Amino acid sequence: MRTLLVWLAGGLSLVGSSQAALASGWNMPVGVTDLSREIYNLHMVIFWICVVIGVAVFGVMFYSLIRHRHSKGAKAANFHENTTVEVIWTAVPLLILVGMAIPATATLQKIYDPSDAELDVMVTGQQWRWRYEYLGEDVAFNSNMSTPRAQIRGDEERGENYLLEVDEPLVLPINRKVRFLFTSDDVIHAWWVPDFAVKQDTIPGFISENWVRINEPGIYRGQCAELCGVDHAYMPIVVHAMEEDDFETWLVERQEMAAEEALGVDREWEMDELMERGEGVYGSICASCHQVEGQGSPPAFPALAGNEQMLADIDWHKDTIINGVSGTAMPSFRTTLNPVELAAVITYTRNAWGNDTGDAVQPAEIAERLER
Amino acid sequence: MAPKVPPQPTLEQSSTAAEAGHGHAHEAPPKGLMRWLLTTNHKEIGSLYLIFSLVMFFIGGIFALVVRLELFQPGMQFVNPEFFNQMTTMHGLIMVFAAVMPAFTGLANWMIPLQIGAPDMALPRLNNFSFWLLPVAFGLLLSTLFMPGGGPNFGWTFYAPLSTTYAPPSTTFFILALHIAGISSILGAINIVATILNMRAPGMRMMDMPLFVWTWLITGFLLIAVMPVLAGVITMMLMDINFGTSFFNAAGGGDPVLFQHLFWFFGHPEVYIMILPAFGIVSAIIPAFARKRLFGYASMVYATAAIALLSFMVWGHHMFVVGMPLVGQLFFMYATMLIAVPTGVKVFNWIATLFQGSISFEPPMLFALAFVVLFTIGGFSGLMLAIAPADFQYHDTYFVVAHFHYVLVPGAIFAIMAGVYFWLPKWTGHYPHERLSQWHFWLSVIGVNLTFFPMHFSGLAGMPRRIPDYALQFADFNMVSSIGAFLFGFSQLLFVAVVIMCVRGGKKAPAAAWGDYADDLEWSVPSPAPLHTFETPPNYQRPAH
Repeated sequence: MRTLLVWLAGGLSLVGSSQAALASGWNMPVGVTDLSREIYNLHMVIFWICVVIGVAVFGVMFYSLIRHRHSKGAKAANFHENTTVEVIWTAVPLLILVGMAIPATATLQKIYDPSDAELDVMVTGQQWRWRYEYLGEDVAFNSNMSTPRAQIRGDEERGENYLLEVDEPLVLPINRKVRFLFTSDDVIHAWWVPDFAVKQDTIPGFISENWVRINEPGIYRGQCAELCGVDHAYMPIVVHAMEEDDFETWLVERQEMAAEEALGVDREWEMDELMERGEGVYGSICASCHQVEGQGSPPAFPALAGNEQMLADIDWHKDTIINGVSGTAMPSFRTTLNPVELAAVITYTRNAWGNDTGDAVQPAEIAERLER
Repeated sequence: MAPKVPPQPTLEQSSTAAEAGHGHAHEAPPKGLMRWLLTTNHKEIGSLYLIFSLVMFFIGGIFALVVRLELFQPGMQFVNPEFFNQMTTMHGLIMVFAAVMPAFTGLANWMIPLQIGAPDMALPRLNNFSFWLLPVAFGLLLSTLFMPGGGPNFGWTFYAPLSTTYAPPSTTFFILALHIAGISSILGAINIVATILNMRAPGMRMMDMPLFVWTWLITGFLLIAVMPVLAGVITMMLMDINFGTSFFNAAGGGDPVLFQHLFWFFGHPEVYIMILPAFGIVSAIIPAFARKRLFGYASMVYATAAIALLSFMVWGHHMFVVGMPLVGQLFFMYATMLIAVPTGVKVFNWIATLFQGSISFEPPMLFALAFVVLFTIGGFSGLMLAIAPADFQYHDTYFVVAHFHYVLVPGAIFAIMAGVYFWLPKWTGHYPHERLSQWHFWLSVIGVNLTFFPMHFSGLAGMPRRIPDYALQFADFNMVSSIGAFLFGFSQLLFVAVVIMCVRGGKKAPAAAWGDYADDLEWSVPSPAPLHTFETPPNYQRPAH
């Protein structure tokens, strides 16, 4: 019986995959991992089972509707019970379901085995970006959507990867088991890349795990899949999967950059440097709420240009950015940004758009504040 | 088991019944608005429920059309993402709690006493109260759209902490509105259960009851079991928002996942609350127009009960990507797949009823047949969603949106419309206008499929639900869906036209309006049904054929 079912499933999925090649963009992607392929096959098997049952059931139904019409003089039969038939149509679906549950269980067991991972990546959801941290490698960065707002408004032509492009993609090696640890800083998000068949909620206060072993290098795109507030549509995921050597080179480069950045904390920064750096940080982190020109969108997101409280009280300003404002959408950036970035963005917001306070906040000062 | 023969009327009741011939002893009902505010008559309250749910169906429909308008093309054209989120949320809340549920309660009010030969509902004053809570609840809910910060914007499933720490200030009003609607549902359910268990005509055993009565009895128990859970979870939200507790706030030691367990422990039975009475309606209509007794009455009853029991054990399938342990995942997967068995039995029974019947296609039958086909398609996608590993890909995409709209729109709502067309002759004394009903049916069927079928594809191709803007590869599917949605939405105006015309006139209907196989007790009273029926309990005779 079981062999028969496996055969049936295999045969059906063959028909399924040729069909899917024709209809790419209409069906679930096969993906680039062993598990995504298995999941795709499960999907096609259950789909064809449904099609077969559907054809049988609707076949009988439409046969009756056509042949047994009152207008054609059909006379109704008198039966209204048949124990044998009723037992059969209870038992047969049950057997089909058991046949389906067996491969589904096997796949699920594989998915639930994150052991022997060779690389750990912490994925943190934030309104509305992803933060990636390569655990034990001293590399961490934020990944923001890079589609310009002008394209969303329709002022500019939309690019090929509209809404599915980011400033810093997650970089992963192929052929290695990568374990993800998922969490969130604010509300629940869900990290989803269809080509990996990995979708996992990121939940504040919880860490859940999942894993992937990518078979082919390439660029894979996904989106946040759990409603997470106003910019839910605007937190895409881009994964750049590389050959292992390339990945190692990339990782060393990023480690060097991080080390350099750490050195930068202790030195004195010029106003121009801070402003330049701050503009970049502001653009990728702050502008989605407070807008590019600092005009905000009150009442939810206050204006920063000419914001009296902010300009009058530099201490409050620093505290707000480092710790956030509880009960509002303003998150804490204590862990998201490093001292250089914090100092730069505070300097930028105090001097851009005619704020012109002339304050240059030094990274060392912020680092000291973070220690406290 | 209930007693085989309900208690005989007391001496006092019998004498009142005997006097019924020469008019009512009690005073004339108040005129105008007060009559409707104070009515305790099950038919009038049934009509109020149905009119209310029709109005809400249009309001929820307008919200859906705002959503579809914005999704017609990629980019933001008509509304901003904040308002879009309010529209998706309000559409869901209004359709579930204010359109579908009250419509079934309205049909229950009208038809259950008529189908079991009772003079009215068991608790007529409570019946009035549970209806009038609804306009209050949903007036309050709709008013949140005009409050500072806007209305609820966290989806109809309102997951914490988006609906608590990060919610707009109007959320407290949303909670209050849902509390009031929940009380209304519980009271309505208690009333229906009490009516069915106590007020059946002498001689009518439980296993003689029409399936609409059976399915509502089971639905009533589901409502009584799960509405308090909803009340509990929204009260915990209320505490988190206003009184500093941390039930769902991880920073205070709470658990955002607990919210989902509680919500779906309510939410999954809720899904069946919206479909079981539909099974009952369709089980009455198909035999009537196939001129053949319903196949497998007893197995229909058992299947309904089995679905209801299983519905308490499958809530975890809404949470496959939360990160439950493997055994939990497996348990919920198996239990969910199991639901396909009793649901399949129902579909097979309907088709066996059609088989070798003598079938005609009056408006109620058209909707009932479309129900069988399209609900089954929704059932198939439900079976696919039950496969947990595959659900990792389907979850929170348009595939899910397609699935639950197939079971709710051409499922629950088509069944409600089928019921309305079926019982309109009993309510008004006239048949619905045949040609206009057919136009309504065909435009609705085309519209519904044009709207929801492409969503299967956009979901499989990777479009998440609840986004106001989408990547370019989803553009064609969305354009078709939006065109379908407008077609479906505007065709419902025909439904209103048919109902109004039917109330005002039309071909006269006899007492047994749909022939020999629509033979439940409601067809033994005149059409239109007089305000008071079965003041003397009828002597129930089992159908001969």
